[in-house]
Amino acid sequence: MTCKEAFQEISKYLDGELAADLKRVLDEHLCKCSHCKVVFDTTRKTIELYCNGKLFPMPERVRDRLHYALRRKFQQKAV
Amino acid sequence: MEAAFPSWRVEDNIKMHYTAIVPAGLSLLPLGAISSRRLADLPQDALEKAESTLVMEAKAGSNEAFEELVNRYEKKIYRLALRLTGNEQDAEDVLQESFLKAFEHLPEFRQDSRFYTWLVRITVNEGLMKLRKRRSDKSEPLESATDEDGQLMPRDFRDWKPNPEQLLSQEEMEQILMTAAQTLSPSLRTVFLLRDVDELSTEETAATLGLTTGAVKARLFRARMQLREELSKVLKRE
Repeated sequence: MTCKEAFQEISKYLDGELAADLKRVLDEHLCKCSHCKVVFDTTRKTIELYCNGKLFPMPERVRDRLHYALRRKFQQKAV
Repeated sequence: MEAAFPSWRVEDNIKMHYTAIVPAGLSLLPLGAISSRRLADLPQDALEKAESTLVMEAKAGSNEAFEELVNRYEKKIYRLALRLTGNEQDAEDVLQESFLKAFEHLPEFRQDSRFYTWLVRITVNEGLMKLRKRRSDKSEPLESATDEDGQLMPRDFRDWKPNPEQLLSQEEMEQILMTAAQTLSPSLRTVFLLRDVDELSTEETAATLGLTTGAVKARLFRARMQLREELSKVLKRE
């Protein structure tokens, strides 16, 4: 497997969509190729960082404004 | 409707979907049989049943039931809006407009998908409209310079610092992630946010955006690679 071929499969590998034999070949390539290993590890880390649920919390002020607008909408509907 | 998109280029299927659904109302959305991967993984389906019950109650006129749905999803919708628009004020507006629109169009929601994925679709539409308005105000192109048909290969092979999220403050990390996400074109960013961050399945993402599953996979690949390159500039080892 070449680096170019390995790179094209990294996304599928992360999604668990690779067939077992192809996964084994890619694993062997990643053991030998430090460049592809870095790309693989940092791509996985990229997804992990964006999935951190503690980031981008909703301020209480934003919540208050949302629920105030909702209540007004409820009242308009009732009229 | 073409004249409404003077300054940004999106692929035709996104544009057709977008222009078809936004002005005409949400009843035209091609909703499929959608289920959430994350919620399906829960140990019991009590939460999911409660959601459909709440939706039925809200459709029958219960404001309390609708507000409970808002309570359940407001934080996730805010995060999605913030990462999509890259701007706190826009995210706040998108959050509010999305829930108000959901309330308004609830009678048209046929419950052949989960309420949450329907809500995500509304939010994406509102967010894209906000981006379009903001960009046209500034007369800037919305797409990145990336050639979507070109061969995509990594350029940066430097490893990252270990555990960068522990080395940086929350504010610093948020800024880095936000800046990197804004380098993606909206069509790539939206796929990445729905698929990787909101953890919708490939099929759910495709149904939500009116794309084929192949297009979702191709865009997700490009988005991941581009974000990795952007983050490498900041998080690489010295």
